[in-house]
Amino acid sequence: MNTAVVQAVLGGAFTHQRGRLALSVLAIALGVALGYAVALINAAAVGEFAGGMRTLSGVADLEVRGPRGGFDEALYATLARDPDVAVASPVVEVDARIAGRDDALVVYGVDAFRAAAVTPALVGAADTALDLLRPGAVFLSPAAAAWLGAGPGGTLTVQSGVRDVVLAIAGYAGGDAGRRFAVMDIAAAQDAFARGGSLSRVDLRLRPGSDAALARERIARTLPPGVVVAAPRDNAATTERMSRAYRVNLNVLALVALFTGGLLVFSTQALSVVRRRAQFALLRTLGLARRRLVALLVAEGALVGAAGSVVGLAAGYGLAYAVLRVFGADLGAGFFRGAAPQIAFDAWSALVFAALGVAVAMTGSFAPAREAARAAPAAALKAGDEQQAFARLRSPLPGLVLLAAGAAATRLPPVGGLPLAGYGAIALMLIGTLLLLPRIAALVLARVPAPRAFAPALALDQLRGAPGQASVSLATIVASVSLMVSMAIMVASFRQSLDDWLAALLPADVYVRAGPAGDSAYFDQRDQQALAAVPGVARVAFLRAQALVLDPALPRVTLLARDLPGDDPEQRLPLVGETLPRRAGDPPPVWVSEAMVDLHGMHPGARIELPLAGRTWPFVVAGIWRDYARQQGALVVERATYVALTGDRSATDAAVWLAPGVTPAAFRAALDARFPEAARAALSTPGEIRALSLAVFDRTFAVTYGLLAAAIVIGLVGLSSSFGALVLARRREFGVLRHLGMTRRQVGAMLATEGAAISAIGLATGLTLGFVMSLVLIHVVNRQSFHWSMALSVPWGSLAALAAALLVLAMATTVASARQAMGGGVIRAVRDDW
Amino acid sequence: MIRLDRVAKSFPGPRPRTVLDRVCLDVARGELVAILGESGSGKSTLLNVIAGLETPDAGTVVVAGADLAVLDDDALTAFRRTHVGFVFQAFHVLPYLTVAQNVALPLRLAGCDERTAAARVSAMLAAVGLAERAAGMPRELSGGELQRIAIARALVHRPQVVLADEPTGNLDPASAQGVIALLRSTLQAEGATGVLVTHSRTAAASADRVLVLTVAGLAPFEGRLS
Ligand SMILES: Nc1ncnc2c1ncn2[C@@H]1O[C@H](COP(=O)(O)OP(=O)(O)O)[C@@H](O)[C@H]1O
Ligand SMILES: [Mg+2]
Repeated sequence: MNTAVVQAVLGGAFTHQRGRLALSVLAIALGVALGYAVALINAAAVGEFAGGMRTLSGVADLEVRGPRGGFDEALYATLARDPDVAVASPVVEVDARIAGRDDALVVYGVDAFRAAAVTPALVGAADTALDLLRPGAVFLSPAAAAWLGAGPGGTLTVQSGVRDVVLAIAGYAGGDAGRRFAVMDIAAAQDAFARGGSLSRVDLRLRPGSDAALARERIARTLPPGVVVAAPRDNAATTERMSRAYRVNLNVLALVALFTGGLLVFSTQALSVVRRRAQFALLRTLGLARRRLVALLVAEGALVGAAGSVVGLAAGYGLAYAVLRVFGADLGAGFFRGAAPQIAFDAWSALVFAALGVAVAMTGSFAPAREAARAAPAAALKAGDEQQAFARLRSPLPGLVLLAAGAAATRLPPVGGLPLAGYGAIALMLIGTLLLLPRIAALVLARVPAPRAFAPALALDQLRGAPGQASVSLATIVASVSLMVSMAIMVASFRQSLDDWLAALLPADVYVRAGPAGDSAYFDQRDQQALAAVPGVARVAFLRAQALVLDPALPRVTLLARDLPGDDPEQRLPLVGETLPRRAGDPPPVWVSEAMVDLHGMHPGARIELPLAGRTWPFVVAGIWRDYARQQGALVVERATYVALTGDRSATDAAVWLAPGVTPAAFRAALDARFPEAARAALSTPGEIRALSLAVFDRTFAVTYGLLAAAIVIGLVGLSSSFGALVLARRREFGVLRHLGMTRRQVGAMLATEGAAISAIGLATGLTLGFVMSLVLIHVVNRQSFHWSMALSVPWGSLAALAAALLVLAMATTVASARQAMGGGVIRAVRDDW
Repeated sequence: MIRLDRVAKSFPGPRPRTVLDRVCLDVARGELVAILGESGSGKSTLLNVIAGLETPDAGTVVVAGADLAVLDDDALTAFRRTHVGFVFQAFHVLPYLTVAQNVALPLRLAGCDERTAAARVSAMLAAVGLAERAAGMPRELSGGELQRIAIARALVHRPQVVLADEPTGNLDPASAQGVIALLRSTLQAEGATGVLVTHSRTAAASADRVLVLTVAGLAPFEGRLS
């Protein structure tokens, strides 16, 4: 294209508007940086996780797994004899609590000779084969050794039941895998962790030539209830899926920042195009084709986007690096325990985000470019025609259609376990509202009574005369306020619901957990009696947590066997909705969490079968409860039923009611005296659990707040930048008004009124839209992502404070732009002989 | 009505320029004076000095009995609001106000009550022949019509002085003729004093007196008009 033409069109954009242009570039950069950083962090976490899973499953073709507590080891012999199986490698997997630490390490017990053929990473590197079988010997993965700060020659003390087991570190295992784990001999592991006669997993290698799918199907039929066979790949995918909703939510937040950046480009471009209206009209008169003008202006946006993307990618890489250093891959949310993520430059996602940045900036420029090209050249050459830009009120139909589509989308089910329709609904509502903004502004302004004072009255006239222009300034602030408000309401509702849930869940005075981490700690029957006999204890209710495989394609669900009050078992459950009255002849009741409804299709009254101790048992779903602790689903049964069916009398947790006048501290002292092993157990009061849970909650959402603060900053910058540009474009008008006898102060008052009115409309629209969007977040996005419901709770106080702060900031912004506009001889702005 | 005594104005800068050099001017009540001059000779600067929009470096300016030198910015603004009307080359009619609202601006600024204002606005619109366009928007009007609106706005608050800076500069000859005739007749009807800056001799011809501004100052125009 002719460079002179390019210069004529773009001239001015890159010289006179440098500050505003830099803001656009920065806004895009911020969005790209956040998006790229989140992508890098996710890739690092999932990549490490999946890589670790691969190392650990080695060359196994199939994996047989069952409840967390294990299945009968007799199954191993059957599998080993199967005609399709070349090697079967039995595994005992224990999440062993490390003595004295609130952390656990996965210990694999393997048969070294069989494991060598299937999962070589799970075999210790020992000088002689005999060392591998030594009962007290354990081999650490390099990552585990580094994490523990221990090595060969040292010891590793872990907890089993409420007693310590000391293991000698005999060497390393697992090559260079980044995952933390330990391996030991299978028989020794069964012994040490009281898993005699049971296995957690059997890894299978099939004979060459046998059909894996067929073998899998055939083997599946021979397995007892609750034990499934799957390809290791599927198991890794299942685990990965657990964190996917969380990761996708983060990605969406980053895209939100990019979207607000795009709106800022839109406002800036819109107003920069308004300023250059006469210039374009002249070029059009001189023969520049309409389409070429649009193309050039969109190219201008692409340049802004490209610059922003380059800056953003670099910043995103730095941000991801810093976040991984400080918080870890799950940003403190606890999904990727045991992984030590490494960040790697990812060309693909870099390309994707760079393209997104450019695309967003180009989209932001498109509407203003079309507006510029549409203006009749002759009219646009007339002085004062700037006011005509964006003055037209378009049909409200597209906006209304989008809003309706958004409302309809909230009724759609999740796609692949993700609330895509929910996000779509929010996007549609937001864009629909933005399209309706000129209408909304016009409607509101028409209802404002005319002020008595001249300056505010004139301000109102100006706003009424050009609602489209006001809307351009409004777009970014409405978007960022609504997103911020919706998230604030959602987070507040979540926090309040969590708090209420904890209160309902924790009625006792003290909670004793056999081990603060892992699944190797438990109270046996003697321990339970000892605990109940501690002086000052009025009553103890025990709980046994277990994990079952209900569906081979889904992660294990948690089974909680609880001592519930016989007369009213449901009083201790945070139930939602109706419960089923008990009828004689019914199978025993099970109360299921909301995730069981969403993921396993359970509902009150349904008869289900649960695999316990190698058999299936009928249960009836008696009610649904809310569970914020186990996203993959949880079931509650009465412990008496569980014991009767399984014979398993151990317990992992105890809720203790104290006699009147006994303090938790006194109880702790009495416990230490009467039951010294309990020193290894974790003792906490409901208050402590609540404080800890809310602290974890707040840490998880800190990232969210960070991303939202970024969106708000972009929104305010957008408002100030676009309002400033509008004011600058109107300098001539102010000059005329000064001629006619308006004082400086009056012009200032007029602009302040306009700023206040625009900010107020933006805030009110943003607040309303944000409220509606929060309902979608709570009832659709959140429910579909995490399968738990929450009660709406609007943080009126914080919202009012936020609104007030934003109003003040927005007005300060507009007054500042007014100052700037009034400086430097507005009177000369009336010069006609240019 | 307007008395300028040895007014000087120069603009500082990399190449300082003396625009007005000891300029004297006396305009009687009800008189219409036209000022001719090349582009850049300082005509607009002179009008700005008379309106109190530029402060002269030296000399005195007395307009409608007020010595502008002693007034501060707010007082000068109030002075303009009551005593001065403007007509610009590019009309400068506010696009977001209706025709009637535009004309009413000076009255609203002066805090005039609505009923009186409405009556005065329709009288002025009738005087400039645009009564039926009162509710229209400026974008619907031609240049000549816009300038007639501007004349109505310049006179609506009965100022003693009307300053017109090249009011025909953006108009075709026919419209220009009409606008000048209208300016002349309305000034007369309202009893206002006018200063008309122009480089059109035809336009200047309708004035009571024609002066020319050069580097040497203001002098009576000697050449042939139209
Ligand atoms: N604020 C200013 N700063 C610097 N120079 C100015 C300023 N205002 C006017 N001038 C200069 O003074 C001269 C006279 O300007 P002006 O009065 O507008 O001329 P005209 O007779 O064309 O109306 C011009 O050369 C102009 O560039
Ligand atoms: Mg001039």
